[in-house]
Amino acid sequence: MRFFEYEAREIVKRAGIPVTDFGFTKDALEAKAIAERIGGPVVIKSQVLTGGRMKAGGVQFADTPEEAEAKAREVLQLEINGHVPRGVLVDPRAAVTQEYYAGVVWDGTRKQPVILFSDMGGIDIEEVAETHPDHVGRRHFSNLLPFADFQAKEVVASVGVTGPRLNRLVPIVTRLARVFVERDMTLAEINPLVELEDGSFVALDAHMEMENEARGRQQALLRDLGVGDEETRQAREATPFELAGEEVDAQDHRGVAGNVTEFDGDLGLVIGAGGGSLTLFDAVRKYGGRPANYCEIGGNPSVAKACGLAKLVLTKPGVDKIAVMMSIVSNTRVDIVARGVVKACLELGFDPAEKIAIFRIPGAWEEEGFKILEKYGVEYADRSVSMHEAARRAVEKVHGEVTA
Amino acid sequence: MSILIDAGTTFIVQGITGREAVNLTRECLDYGAARGTAGEAGGPIVGGVTPGRKGREVHGVPVFDTVAQAVEHHGGPIDGSVVTVPPAFTKDAVFEAIENGVKLVVIVTERIPRRDVAQMVELATLRGARIIGPNCLGIIVPDVVKMGGIGGPAKDAAKAYTPGPIGVISRSGGMTTEMSSTLTAAGLGQSTAVSIGGDAIIGSAYAELMPLFEADPQTEGIVIYTEPGGRMEAQLAAWIEEHDSRLPIVAFMAGKFMDEMPGMSFGHAGTIVEGKEDTASEKIARLQGAGIAVAEEISEIPDLMKARLAGREVTA
Repeated sequence: MRFFEYEAREIVKRAGIPVTDFGFTKDALEAKAIAERIGGPVVIKSQVLTGGRMKAGGVQFADTPEEAEAKAREVLQLEINGHVPRGVLVDPRAAVTQEYYAGVVWDGTRKQPVILFSDMGGIDIEEVAETHPDHVGRRHFSNLLPFADFQAKEVVASVGVTGPRLNRLVPIVTRLARVFVERDMTLAEINPLVELEDGSFVALDAHMEMENEARGRQQALLRDLGVGDEETRQAREATPFELAGEEVDAQDHRGVAGNVTEFDGDLGLVIGAGGGSLTLFDAVRKYGGRPANYCEIGGNPSVAKACGLAKLVLTKPGVDKIAVMMSIVSNTRVDIVARGVVKACLELGFDPAEKIAIFRIPGAWEEEGFKILEKYGVEYADRSVSMHEAARRAVEKVHGEVTA
Repeated sequence: MSILIDAGTTFIVQGITGREAVNLTRECLDYGAARGTAGEAGGPIVGGVTPGRKGREVHGVPVFDTVAQAVEHHGGPIDGSVVTVPPAFTKDAVFEAIENGVKLVVIVTERIPRRDVAQMVELATLRGARIIGPNCLGIIVPDVVKMGGIGGPAKDAAKAYTPGPIGVISRSGGMTTEMSSTLTAAGLGQSTAVSIGGDAIIGSAYAELMPLFEADPQTEGIVIYTEPGGRMEAQLAAWIEEHDSRLPIVAFMAGKFMDEMPGMSFGHAGTIVEGKEDTASEKIARLQGAGIAVAEEISEIPDLMKARLAGREVTA
């Protein structure tokens, strides 16, 4: 889950890392008031969860409070990559002498967090790593031992920083590493971390992402920041169709029948489980099919949930038929899914044999499931028909004969 | 032979009184019993742990409050543990197992924050233990023993898995069975199949299991299921290039469509395209660069493997 810059800066500030005297607002008049309080030239920064803000005109400079108001009004109305800004951040324009980068991420291969530090801040760290590898320091640290200052010192010193700068940077990097761990972040980045004319350091921009699985235990912080439980902060906001999918899944606690993502095709998919869904979605596309949606069934959902998911997909505008397919199931029961999807067709007044392009779920309780499908004339397949072959047959029913 | 577990393996189930754990216990006992590998105590499962439930039984398996009690009752070290407790309690359960001498921990639980997983893995490394998972279905040695829900009820597991020369490693539990069933239908049995879990950080990635398969005389080839997200395919490719592996590998990559949707996660928590190296196309190129055959469809895997096995025999 990604934080807005104003939230990330607040997290950094709470961790004891110096920040500028910034203000956040959704209102242009209030932006003026913040600029008055700051009492000098300011920067107005759009608060959006997307990159390319500067290029799109989402960062503006203002010399007077009046100008700040005008610029804030402009930025508040500016959509960036389809994102409407949450508000603007009003920041004093800092007299910067040097820009640094400090970040902490997970290294999934080493299974430890790694600190990245560079004396070339303000640009993308991956770019610096490619063009100036000697300017990027890296240091892994233990998950079990408490984080120690010397670890921060080593990574800062590794790019050649020494003197008073080193001693001022160490506590900042230490606090960043600690906040990464304590707040279950997957990314904690200050870029740029700047040195001002008076020799002090401030975090001028921050980017934080928290692990979704840890939201429960970070509730207090999220509440303080005003992040609602309903805010998924996905790469794109959920569509009404996707929200309806969540409702289907939430109707009872047995298994999963949801994780719906909307696409614009004509073949509805009722597929599972995790890896099976990825495989089947690719398979449909490989044979020229156009999926209307992605979804996942797993963990033995109730008939009601399977039925609810099938109904949702069947009634999506533009959907001609549905394909019900999974990898071999051992926990989910074939007969329960069969009953659910047939019920969905019947309740909507459709002929299951017509609407279900193919049913390919082999595994637990398959004899019972296949009996139900046979009764309604639905084409079904056992494990002797591969997942890709099933997908091909489904596409063929919608588009006529196909080859990859 | 096999890797990780064999006919003599003993294990406990932590969280044994939960609904899924009760089923899993039944399945593992049945699988062992039907194969004639059930030990004197009635199966590979020598105990279960659920705090506050000491004195109960689950399908004849005695339940204890602590792992230490289970070890004491068993009268010696216990090899493994299947952990199926809620995410908030998993770290403690795994620490308890490791600190009581358990050397192989299969974590079934999903949705555990990465920090907890990383701590468990680091402790395991310090103690010489190994973690499989989290978010996995466990390990199966066909016709010998299964540890976890992999393959489901004994009769279903027997349909999909047969003994043979292929090691299977998969980031998806369900696809472990789908691929093994396809191999079985083509006459290629499995030495051991491991569902390694779908999370961003897992106890044992491909490259960490390769040395075990390499050392297993029964294993002649490896089949892997892989997805976008993470660096473990790059790690595998690097391992192959550094070691002169005798084992041909055939891979299947799912989730190609995700390359067009950066920042979004599908299927498993670990499948998110965050950088160029995470994409399906980049991974396929990297795997192929290391000499791994990448199948377009699951059904192509057996023929690709047979060709590689035959080719190797010719050159050997």
